[in-house]
Amino acid sequence: MAIHLRSPEELQKMHRAGLVVHEVLQALRGFVRAGITTMDLEKFAESKIAGRPGKAAFKGYRGYPCVLCTSVNSEIVHGIPSPKRKLHEGDIVSIDFGMEVDGYYADSAVTVPVGQVGPELQKLLDVTKESLDRAIDKMRAGNRLGDVGHAVQSLVEENGYSVVREFVGHGIGTKMHDEPNLPNYGEPGRGARLQEGMVIAVEPMVNAGRPEVRMRDEWVAETADGSPSAHFEHTVAVTANGPWILTRPKEMTGPSW
Amino acid sequence: MAKQRFDETKDKKKDDSGNSKEDAIEVMATVIEPLPNAMFRVELENKHQVLAHVSGKMRKNFIRILAGDKVAVELSPYDLTRGRIVYRYR
Repeated sequence: MAIHLRSPEELQKMHRAGLVVHEVLQALRGFVRAGITTMDLEKFAESKIAGRPGKAAFKGYRGYPCVLCTSVNSEIVHGIPSPKRKLHEGDIVSIDFGMEVDGYYADSAVTVPVGQVGPELQKLLDVTKESLDRAIDKMRAGNRLGDVGHAVQSLVEENGYSVVREFVGHGIGTKMHDEPNLPNYGEPGRGARLQEGMVIAVEPMVNAGRPEVRMRDEWVAETADGSPSAHFEHTVAVTANGPWILTRPKEMTGPSW
Repeated sequence: MAKQRFDETKDKKKDDSGNSKEDAIEVMATVIEPLPNAMFRVELENKHQVLAHVSGKMRKNFIRILAGDKVAVELSPYDLTRGRIVYRYR
């Protein structure tokens, strides 16, 4: 299947969705604390979305029940918010959220420490964040998908962590999951060539231990060895001026998260 | 939301059987005749006759199959004339 190229007008529309995602995630980030449940996060997100244009992208997607994915500690992605899942001091929780506005999607995620986390967890978060930054920097016309994946994999594995294989970043636009797949590993110079107008959700998922995944049910993926896992994501467009992070305000510069 | 890959992951073996086995359709059948190479001709409930082999798990546990046995057969969605015997009813 062909990879869609988006016009500047379409990118603007995706950016509108992206700004909503950004605001909701920023609010959620500040809301995370010990003692609340992942369902509280879901409710909070719902209250933030209410009255805004567009709708939450995940709810109803292939039957997914919630607007957020909240994945705690060893959960990698697609944790379903639950009133039984309480956040404790020292946990990490990945919050993944997407919006659809006027038919265009944006998708982003951040892993948030709950209170104070240990130095090992903080390092896992820092490395995953850094790997996203490096991947985004490779989102330039003329590079290949393998360059982006390699940027993640090389940094992650240098630090003794591993990248998840079963889940991948993805093209995004008028559908949430589009072509191409962007694995978080790869060989430089391999894969499809990036062109102006391509939009991809770049999302390193990094396990502190081994890369294997265990599916707890249809949705929830956790590390097979029980090690913690971090996940950061942005929707990124390839433009003539380099990578454009659609899921944050244009004036923001510096590290992506 | 991360996209789950349904395609093969080349650099990783799954412990459980691959997707192709999970997609199989399980049906009841009766064994008609034994054939060489641990194959059997079985008749499905819908009167179709298919060629079925004995699953590795059953062979490992020495489950013998004779003509007339009631068995559960998994059919591949790709080739409905072949199947795999996965259970013998007693």
